[in-house]
Amino acid sequence: MILEVNDLRVEFPTRRGTLVALDSIDFHIRPGEVLGVVGESGAGKSITGMAVIGLLEPPGRVAGGEVRLEGRRIDNLPHEEMRKVRGRKIGVVFQDPLTSLNPLYSVGQQLVETITTHLPLNRSQARSRALQLLAEVGIPGAEARFEHYPHQFSAGMRQRVVIALAIAAEPALIIADEPTTALDVSIQAQIIALLKRLAQERGTAVMLITHDMGVIAETSQRVAVMYAGRIVEIGPVRDVIHAPRHPYTVGLMGSIPRIASQRTRLVQIEGAMPRLNAIPRGCAFHPRCPRRFGRCLAERPELLPAGASEAACWLHAPAAA
Amino acid sequence: MLLLRLESVSRDFDVSRPWLNRVIEREPRRSLRAVDRVDLEVQRGETLALVGESGCGKSTVARLIVGLYAPTEGRVEFHGRRMQMIFQDPYASLNPRWRVRDIVAEPIRILNLESKNSVEGRVSELLVQVGLSADDGEKYPHEFSGGQRQRISIARALAGEPDLLVCDEPTSALDVSVQAQILNLMTELQQRLGLTYVFISHNLAVVSQVADRVGVMYLGRVVELAAAAELFSRPRHPYTRMLLDAVPDLQMSGKARTPVAGEVPNPLDPPAGCTFHPRCPHAWERCRRERPFPVNAVACHAVEEGRI
Amino acid sequence: MIRGGFLSRLWDHDLAWSFRRSPVTVVAAALTLACVGAAALSPWLSPQDPFNPAALDLNAAFKPPAWLEGGDPAFVLGTDNQGRDILSTIMHGARISLGIGMASVLFALVLGVSLGLLSGYFGGRLDAVIMRIADVQLSFPAILIALLIDGVARVALAGERHEEIAIPVLVLSIGFAGWVQYARTVRGSTLVERGKEYVQAARVVGRRPLSILLAHVLPNVMGPVLVITTIHIATAIITEATLSFLGVGVPPTQPSLGTLIRVGNEFLYSGEWWITVFPGAALIVLVLSVNLLGDWLRDALNPKLR
Repeated sequence: MILEVNDLRVEFPTRRGTLVALDSIDFHIRPGEVLGVVGESGAGKSITGMAVIGLLEPPGRVAGGEVRLEGRRIDNLPHEEMRKVRGRKIGVVFQDPLTSLNPLYSVGQQLVETITTHLPLNRSQARSRALQLLAEVGIPGAEARFEHYPHQFSAGMRQRVVIALAIAAEPALIIADEPTTALDVSIQAQIIALLKRLAQERGTAVMLITHDMGVIAETSQRVAVMYAGRIVEIGPVRDVIHAPRHPYTVGLMGSIPRIASQRTRLVQIEGAMPRLNAIPRGCAFHPRCPRRFGRCLAERPELLPAGASEAACWLHAPAAA
Repeated sequence: MLLLRLESVSRDFDVSRPWLNRVIEREPRRSLRAVDRVDLEVQRGETLALVGESGCGKSTVARLIVGLYAPTEGRVEFHGRRMQMIFQDPYASLNPRWRVRDIVAEPIRILNLESKNSVEGRVSELLVQVGLSADDGEKYPHEFSGGQRQRISIARALAGEPDLLVCDEPTSALDVSVQAQILNLMTELQQRLGLTYVFISHNLAVVSQVADRVGVMYLGRVVELAAAAELFSRPRHPYTRMLLDAVPDLQMSGKARTPVAGEVPNPLDPPAGCTFHPRCPHAWERCRRERPFPVNAVACHAVEEGRI
Repeated sequence: MIRGGFLSRLWDHDLAWSFRRSPVTVVAAALTLACVGAAALSPWLSPQDPFNPAALDLNAAFKPPAWLEGGDPAFVLGTDNQGRDILSTIMHGARISLGIGMASVLFALVLGVSLGLLSGYFGGRLDAVIMRIADVQLSFPAILIALLIDGVARVALAGERHEEIAIPVLVLSIGFAGWVQYARTVRGSTLVERGKEYVQAARVVGRRPLSILLAHVLPNVMGPVLVITTIHIATAIITEATLSFLGVGVPPTQPSLGTLIRVGNEFLYSGEWWITVFPGAALIVLVLSVNLLGDWLRDALNPKLR
């Protein structure tokens, strides 16, 4: 197990009270596995990624639970320690390739710097490794492009460079936060194919955060669906997409437009995701749920087994109770 | 009945460097051809969608239609009375200092559509029509979510009693479940009020939900124009095929897909002949020299020659 | 009920909360309010009317402050060479200083904001011309510009005519010296707002450009202007004081704090220090509190501006 997150809780103390951004999150990722984390804005998926790599914006903080990387706890490490772990063991790919790269240094320089910081290689070894990485992520003419600056690359190429930087130190885990959202659909297809290939070839665990279910369908083995700071469903991708067990996932899948020869009315979930300061008691989804009943208003559901997945919904409670 | 026609419309933008730099570095003036001889027709009551990736010129076409830009060449003919526009960014399309009721009332006041006394009533009516409540008029935009703001934008557009509604990526900034609400609303309004839509989007799946006819744009040109059902089941232009192939497969049917080649070239320096030829698997000599013009609504030599 | 609601919302507002948290700002605001109040109401509040020759008594001249030996409780801060009560002269002087300060700021604001709006919205040649003038003007110190305008006016309109319109000319000259900052800031904000979709929506509806500028753009660019204004008031007051101290500001019949400081300077070394020190202290307190208030406002509004 590369990444284990147990009962993670993230809070934001504000002068009007404490906001709970993540409420008891549990999941794990195995080597070579891609876990998709999907949810709409405000669900907490980016915060989950930030909490794992220890980059929560203050005043946000981890208020409970633990994060383990290769068995070792990382959520309570001092800053220096975490910084070393972050570069060496965890690679990060953010949404906007333009701001992820330093515009003042050439792409080659940034790669070499990352490599020499985390691996025991001298500069010329680092350079050849960097060239290798650039070729591996599909940048043609890597030799020539080594000296180029980020602004001289197109958006898709820049994202490839960011991916190269992320895998440069041979990390055990890659966290990709909306890596393709800012890209055109044809480039998007190329990037997700690249991420998938890299994960398989290197046995890296990947946490892919996105709002786009299609991207997850293409890349992930398992998917976690988040809502209002909680995981409401988690399971193998095929099951969650084709046979969703949580009413929110059902609504979500129904509202995704697909290329069809006929125009059909999309399923719409009434209302909107609650804000962090107004999360309902019991099941956070109950005000919008077409299948709610008494228990949903009073008790918050745990993740319960539902077919091949798990869903946090009282509909799946064992019959005896 | 023909409502809108674009006849050989082009739009250039002057992207030259400042005068002083040009003089010192001896650079010529540079111009970007964002829209290149586009022909379009829109019938009353239909939804025409324009799809394409970034830089293809679809947003510029939208602005040419409503008159925010003037065409450098060609004509825009509008046979209706009024048009309105809905924009992509729900956060920038409403004035943060104005109350919602003033935002929605603006077109009514400017176009003098109601008498002073009935403006308030009409605003309430519009707010309810888009799924909000009449009291929401008192609030400011920041008190609403993205989806609700788009509803306010739609109410504002409807206040202008338009024949044609140009929608520039109206749901691209919204969550998928909110998007579904807005798309359903727009379809419903179209049926109820007999509106005509020009719908701009980069998302093919969304377009397949709302469009009657679809135009595919690439680097300022319309490369294919067809009825939605036709386009999605039997795409003819190589770029359309590539685009459809690239859409992530939610069905996970596992079907084999042709890998996508290359990237969109720099619009300042487009390839000669057919602008798509560097990425096209079917390109040959003629494609590198000669620009293809639409034949049967597809601008492709290979299609015309029967090679694909 | 509505009153209570509005006031309590104001109290709870982020700005008010930030205000309450900073003791320096509260003190600064209190002082500013006191100064402005005293100055504005000076004709009624001051113990004596110092510029009415009939009310003066030469026997009361050169009295030291009340707490020193020889002082008189009727003249708390002492008197000057003509028997004028220093406290009263300060209050009247502050009135003039503040009056000129605020009027010139108002002038600079209106001029600068208008030019900034036009420049940012219409761009092109208009923008180029306005900005070049602004650039040229910025290379001169503000005092120099004020001196220039004032000097020209003096020469052009000799004698009593000048006396009459001295104050308006002063207001104009300080105002002209200060419009550039407003124009530049507003131009920048206007450029940003111009590209936003709500402006485009207004254009699609058919609103005329000037109407869009006033109704849509102006309310959204005023934020930074507020901060500049508070700081500019302090600068304007100092500029006026400097000009008056140099003798080219207000006419001697309507002395401002600057004039008082100059006049009192002559007596500094003969021992009657209070004649110049107290007006000087008053000027410092006034300008410092306005500056601190402006500082706080800038910092408090910053996250929103970003």
